[in-house]
Amino acid sequence: MTGREGIAVPAAADAAGDAITEAIAAHLGRAGALMPMLHAVQDRLGFIPADAVPRLAAALNLSRAEVYGVVTFYHDFRNAPPGRHVLKVCRAEACQAMGSDELVAHLTGRLGADVGETSTDGAVTLEAVYCLGNCALSPAVMLDGRLHGRVTARRADDLLAQCGAPR
Amino acid sequence: MTVAATTAASAARVFVPRDSAACSVGADEVADALRAELARRGQSVQIVRNGSRGAFWLEPLVEVATPAGRIAYGPVAAGDVPGLVDAGLTTGGEHPLRLGPTDAIPYFARQERLTFARMGVTDPLSLDDYQAHGGWRGLRAALAAASGADVVEEVVRSGLRGRGGAAFPAGIKWRTVAATPARQKYVACNADEGDSGTYSDRMIMEGDPFVLIEGMTIAGLAVGATSGFIYIRSEYPDAERTFAAALAAARAAGCLGRDILGQGRAFDIEIRRGAGAYICGEETAMLESLEGKRGMVRPKPPLPAVAGLFGLPTVINNVITLASVPVILDKGAKHYADYGMGRSRGTLPFQLAGNIKRGGLVEKAFGLTLRELIYDFGGGTASGRPLRAVQVGGPLGPYLPESKLDTPLDYEALSAAGGMVGHGGVVVFDDTVDMARMARYAMEFCAHESCGKCTPCRIGAVRGVEVIDRIRKGKSRGAQGDGQAALLRDLCDTMVGGSLCAMGGMTPLPVLSALDHFPQDFGLGAPSAPSTPGMKSKGT
Repeated sequence: MTGREGIAVPAAADAAGDAITEAIAAHLGRAGALMPMLHAVQDRLGFIPADAVPRLAAALNLSRAEVYGVVTFYHDFRNAPPGRHVLKVCRAEACQAMGSDELVAHLTGRLGADVGETSTDGAVTLEAVYCLGNCALSPAVMLDGRLHGRVTARRADDLLAQCGAPR
Repeated sequence: MTVAATTAASAARVFVPRDSAACSVGADEVADALRAELARRGQSVQIVRNGSRGAFWLEPLVEVATPAGRIAYGPVAAGDVPGLVDAGLTTGGEHPLRLGPTDAIPYFARQERLTFARMGVTDPLSLDDYQAHGGWRGLRAALAAASGADVVEEVVRSGLRGRGGAAFPAGIKWRTVAATPARQKYVACNADEGDSGTYSDRMIMEGDPFVLIEGMTIAGLAVGATSGFIYIRSEYPDAERTFAAALAAARAAGCLGRDILGQGRAFDIEIRRGAGAYICGEETAMLESLEGKRGMVRPKPPLPAVAGLFGLPTVINNVITLASVPVILDKGAKHYADYGMGRSRGTLPFQLAGNIKRGGLVEKAFGLTLRELIYDFGGGTASGRPLRAVQVGGPLGPYLPESKLDTPLDYEALSAAGGMVGHGGVVVFDDTVDMARMARYAMEFCAHESCGKCTPCRIGAVRGVEVIDRIRKGKSRGAQGDGQAALLRDLCDTMVGGSLCAMGGMTPLPVLSALDHFPQDFGLGAPSAPSTPGMKSKGT
């Protein structure tokens, strides 16, 4: 593989290395390229591996501290792989007005995992999100990028069943 | 299906929204069921995936085009489809879900849609539809204008103020950018719509993306910028996909790019995705994020209009502001300014949210009251219980009690009543709400989302949670929390006066309004005297 500048990029043996290499190649030369690169890595891998920090820093002529600072500033970027499915539950005001706190309690009970954690079978990572823009159909959740509205405990159970969680 | 529809000129057209909120309650499944059912019967029907009309309690709202106009059915579930087709859906037949002509539904008939005129009417990605419904007319007017300054002055005359929350006159901002010489200028569209209770930006990007492209392009022509960025929050993946498709279509059609509409002028737009940081909706934090940095707030001055993105003059407006520009250029500043009251000209797409029976988007001229909005349009609470509090303007907006509902929705009038219009989100709570808990949440959210640059916000929010916890604990023991309440007010005063941006500076507004209007939830006595400080100076 060849980078933008025509410099041969060492071939990485693993998927993570490939994802980082491709993210750099796709966005090098763009203004403010770090965020697009980080998104490209996480889109592929589901998280930002520790290796990405020195490699993106070298590609962008930034310090590792600067890249690490960006990765850790944004709630989206994970430092470990998520479960097979990611369930984001809205905890903002409009959803609270329609019982999202109770929904969160129901989900954590069902999954045996707290917000920010993954169920022990690795099926579902539960994450908090602050507004999905579905505030007229609260409470809202997003499962693997797909929005769901008016999520009752029963509808939540249906979604968990889709993820392979036992009833 | 599409081929069949185009060859058979008489094929009926059925509309099923593609808006992500409509899909969140089954619009995709309804479209699939319709397609299967009609294919089974050998009927040639074109299914158009339109934007949402914005009446979310009616979603999925299915419409059919008839000689007498569009007829609506809703809310439709996939299981209703065979029965609907039996009843003659494709010709507007009778059915219990039939709502009659869409335009006659009172929720829509009573609105004044300028910015959202095409919303739900058209296929969001059809350039033909866009053109047929008034698209690019504003851009053509801007291209025909003698100079960029004329375009800027038209926007100034319209009275359009920033719809993102700060309500700064858009034209004045544009004037500053236009007057600042630079080798490169930018238009940066803020699509980091993070306020709970708001979704109008999302609807534009998903339901009428070309109007935003048109608005951004006009802004570019007006100030002499050839490059635009749009910062879309990561929570809106559907909006990003639709907007990206719209950009590609507009470019391919010559409405965007090196030679806009063949007039030799250049402007292009690049999408950047946020990463879950609420603070990046603050304009300077958004600039930092666009530059690939932590979303830390910048001190002002310099204003972004003078030294913004990559240090160069930048127009920063939110989605609704920019999407309102085409109609101003098309129909003239006066047409737009004739709507509204006082210094709040034009219309605002209000968004009804939370515990509301008929939640959805209501575009009206400034000046209607919260009561009209919540009861006449919204039908009261979804739970049917009494309304207790309303939060207008997102997580930094104060909580208003029932007694304030007759205040007109106008930037100045609402501010005088201790509220704020913000981005137009109206979140309704019924009488089961614990306002001390909501106050705690406001501080907790600020602690979670603070960029950390200034101390009053970074540390004040954490201390705020602690003090409210002590008050709530004291309440459960029956102790008087007056001393702690005084401490909370003092802390809020520091945050209002000492924070660098609205995050720390306005988080106290929901906290203090909860304390002022609902002291019993904190275990305190009758409503106390001090009102929310800093309102008038912070409003704009």
